Amino acid sequence: MYGRWVLTALLVWPLIAGAVVLLLPGRLAKYVALAASLVEFALSVPLWWTFVPAGGMQFMVDRTWIAAWGIHFTVGVDGISLFLVLLTTFLMPLSILGSWSYITKREGGFYALLLVLTTGMIGVFIALDLFLFYVMWEVMLIPMYFIIGVWGGDNRLYAAIKFFIYTFFGSLLMLVAIIVLYLHAARVTGIYSFSYAHLLAQAPLLGSTAWWLFGAFFLAFAIKVPLFPLHTWLPDAHVEAPTAGSVILAGILLKMGTYGFLRFALPFFPAVALSQTVQLVIVALSLIGIIYGGLVAMVQPDFKKLIAYSSVAHLGFVMLGIWALTLQSVQGALLIMINHGISTGALFFLVGMIYERRHSRLIEAYGGIARVVPLFAAVLTIVSLSSIALPGTNGFVGEFLVLLGSFRTYPIATALATTGVIVAAAYLLTALQRVIYNPLTDHANEKLTDLTPRELLVLVPLLVCILWVGIYPKPFLRRMEPSARQLIEQVRPGATQGQPVAGGQP
Amino acid sequence: MRLDPSIYGDLLLSLLPELVLTGWALALLLFVAWRHQTVRDLRITGWLTLLALLSTAVATWWLWWHHAGVQGLAAMVAADDFRWVADWIFLGAAALTVLISFSYLEREQLLAPEYYVLLVFGTLGMMVMAAGADLMVIFLGLELMSVAVYVLAGFDRRRARSAEAALKYFLLGAFASGFLLYGIALIYGATGTTNIGLIGAQVAFMGQPSVMLLAGLALLIVGFAFKVAAVPFHTWAPDVYDGAPTPVTAFMATGVKAAAFAALFRVLIAGFAGVAAWHDIVWWLAVITMIGGNLFALAQRSLKRMLAYSSIAHAGYLLVAVTAGGAAGMSAFIVYVIAYTLMSLGAFAVLSAKGRAGESDVLIDDLAGLAARRPWLAFALAICMLSLLGFPGTAGFIGKWYILIAATSAGQNTLAAILVLTSVVSAGYYLPVIMAMYMKPEPIEAAHVDVRLDRWGRAAVVAVVAGLLLFGVWPNRLFDLARSAGESVQPAATTTTTGQ
Repeated sequence: MYGRWVLTALLVWPLIAGAVVLLLPGRLAKYVALAASLVEFALSVPLWWTFVPAGGMQFMVDRTWIAAWGIHFTVGVDGISLFLVLLTTFLMPLSILGSWSYITKREGGFYALLLVLTTGMIGVFIALDLFLFYVMWEVMLIPMYFIIGVWGGDNRLYAAIKFFIYTFFGSLLMLVAIIVLYLHAARVTGIYSFSYAHLLAQAPLLGSTAWWLFGAFFLAFAIKVPLFPLHTWLPDAHVEAPTAGSVILAGILLKMGTYGFLRFALPFFPAVALSQTVQLVIVALSLIGIIYGGLVAMVQPDFKKLIAYSSVAHLGFVMLGIWALTLQSVQGALLIMINHGISTGALFFLVGMIYERRHSRLIEAYGGIARVVPLFAAVLTIVSLSSIALPGTNGFVGEFLVLLGSFRTYPIATALATTGVIVAAAYLLTALQRVIYNPLTDHANEKLTDLTPRELLVLVPLLVCILWVGIYPKPFLRRMEPSARQLIEQVRPGATQGQPVAGGQP
Repeated sequence: MRLDPSIYGDLLLSLLPELVLTGWALALLLFVAWRHQTVRDLRITGWLTLLALLSTAVATWWLWWHHAGVQGLAAMVAADDFRWVADWIFLGAAALTVLISFSYLEREQLLAPEYYVLLVFGTLGMMVMAAGADLMVIFLGLELMSVAVYVLAGFDRRRARSAEAALKYFLLGAFASGFLLYGIALIYGATGTTNIGLIGAQVAFMGQPSVMLLAGLALLIVGFAFKVAAVPFHTWAPDVYDGAPTPVTAFMATGVKAAAFAALFRVLIAGFAGVAAWHDIVWWLAVITMIGGNLFALAQRSLKRMLAYSSIAHAGYLLVAVTAGGAAGMSAFIVYVIAYTLMSLGAFAVLSAKGRAGESDVLIDDLAGLAARRPWLAFALAICMLSLLGFPGTAGFIGKWYILIAATSAGQNTLAAILVLTSVVSAGYYLPVIMAMYMKPEPIEAAHVDVRLDRWGRAAVVAVVAGLLLFGVWPNRLFDLARSAGESVQPAATTTTTGQ
């Protein structure tokens, strides 16, 4: 019973709540928004238990939407998307609570947009109809654009439009690719349908067109991840966005790119994705992301920018794990996707909290504040260590699995990627030292107040997750395994048995 | 219901909507000759115009309901779903224009009820164009429409800008008509007929088209390209759109453009399906119109000029549908034109609320802070902008998606790619409008105090926004409509084998 309506409810509920919140006065808006997001979370939690660790889609809903083109409202969840959905519903109440005092103008609009954004993000993760997927992919763009542009920092207009145009550019090419795929499948089978399963079955027969289509999907997802040369929107957007915006950007939006690779680009075009050239390019770009992202993070004077660049590095690990395509590496990649949402989300929350007090994001503005705000310092230390991937924290499990799994496929690349872990330690520990441990020199820092109960309420769930995944990740891995295995079994033979299409290489 | 054009009664019946509107136009003309002084007269004329448009819509619907069709090949007018849908689009555009004209005319002191009569004549011309199954009928409709719109463009005769717009439009429009007429003459010379169906049969019979036919076709396309403002025949459009009173601009950008496209479609699909040459011409026109329109629009700071260039860009997207051709292209065209008419009219309606004595000077930056002062108006404009951008959830996206499907299924993948890439460029000028409204502070205290729409203007904007969102989320009805309209116009070659 629950399984039949839950996914639809998860999509519809935030929209209704968002409309209500928009019409409420500012003071009331955040309470209602928080309640709505908690309801949303409560709705999604039983997914965790009712999900059967097996391959294939569960909780499927399939309704005709636009009959003329065979467009359906098809949603479902498997071991890959389950955790992304839960991560979304988990982070939303925290984001709303974290914005409690940060957002002071036009509160109704802000919280309404956050709720609409929830629908868009969940929609991307559960859509099993490519039209629906595309619509959701774009729908989440507008709320984020407004969140950055209206409530962002000084340079917000530039960051907002850059974010929008980068994403829009990639997604429109993907739109053409989806249409070509749809018409191809229709020509082969005579059935006009955007259904994921239908298109997946027909995609291997594409021939050399597959290169173009993969290119379009690749661009859309790589911008979102972001892979190395396409990452420049990310630091701007992260730095200018308000705290909740940064948390959601890093925590969930970036995962849409890697999710897109896992769900669409790899299974649809295995022969192209695992061809020598593409493997080389993607592994190289991931490596550059890992090392370059870390090195650039090292020299950032702005704490928020440092975290932004660390995201580029973390997502590089995810890409490496996905492309290595072993069971461990894919599970590791999925785990990093969750971990990054938790740890980086927590880091952004912490930076936002200290910014609210001191109105500076510069690392050099602080120093020695551990004596003034011990609780803050303790939390920041734990979260940083988890981001560095210290054993016992969640970060370690994910990165270790990726490195372990990838070593079999790409030994040299994995060896190089390992240096990324060291670089991560270098930049985060240095920053940590400069912010909380050096001598207290600036008098402005002497009057900082420590974390309030509300802020602790935001951080404690994240800390619990950090330790839970770090110490006992089995419940996560168990639910991921069948889907990850299915993906690998689907993609590997497709790559070797598929027609050699290198002749059509553009 | 089969109508035989050789029987007098049937002929009149097939022209029923046009006759109804003609009757109304004459009655209105008499009425304004008698009463044309006060604001009240203006209002009454406006209401009568709405009544006229409504009754014409009912007449159209009646014929549609009875599946009216014309017998034989040589009819001067067509009676098919395409015509009825096109008529409804024109009537809807005219009605929305009337709604936003009420307060505009009073505010700008344009107290001349002849305005509405001209609007009715313009609409009549459009309907004749969409009905024409003969090049001469199409030309008659075009002239009827154009002359009325020339006058409307210069309706604010005290403003130099408006007069300039009218003169420019008239000179270049006359030039375009010349091209069109010469093209028709050459086609007549090559085929011995001006009837589209017979031309189609001739072309299918000839096999290799003669040079004269090709020259005629080329001139015909040039003439239409002028009318729809396709690059490089667009140069008149920004100045004319800029100078004309805003409701007239809205009418020109939507109704006039839709009518020219409808006629072009019918001529190319029904008459020249057998000639491959026009595909290349229209392909290039589409490409340079999309690229040119979008790039020029990017450089605009005035909102009205930006909308003018954006309408050129949208003409480019519609040309993609023309290039795709066939029933799919026509259906895509219908869906896109409906979406485009709604979103364009909405944008111009909001602009007419912002304008004060010379709204051509409203810069995009002048909208700064509008969202805080006039949240609903800003919301409406934002929806229109997103729809123009082709964002999912709005009708503009559905239209663009349909065009993309039509283009890719016709094998025009490159054209589809160019369409989406130029759409990305268009984000560069649609988003600044939203940005200004929502993300920039009000420049001076109370900058937007006098920005308001009257009740009827508001009704028009609400209708537009509701339509955009409804068709964006639930386009099923729209598709059924577009599909039956698109399939109702067949290449003449097939009608000759089945129809006779």
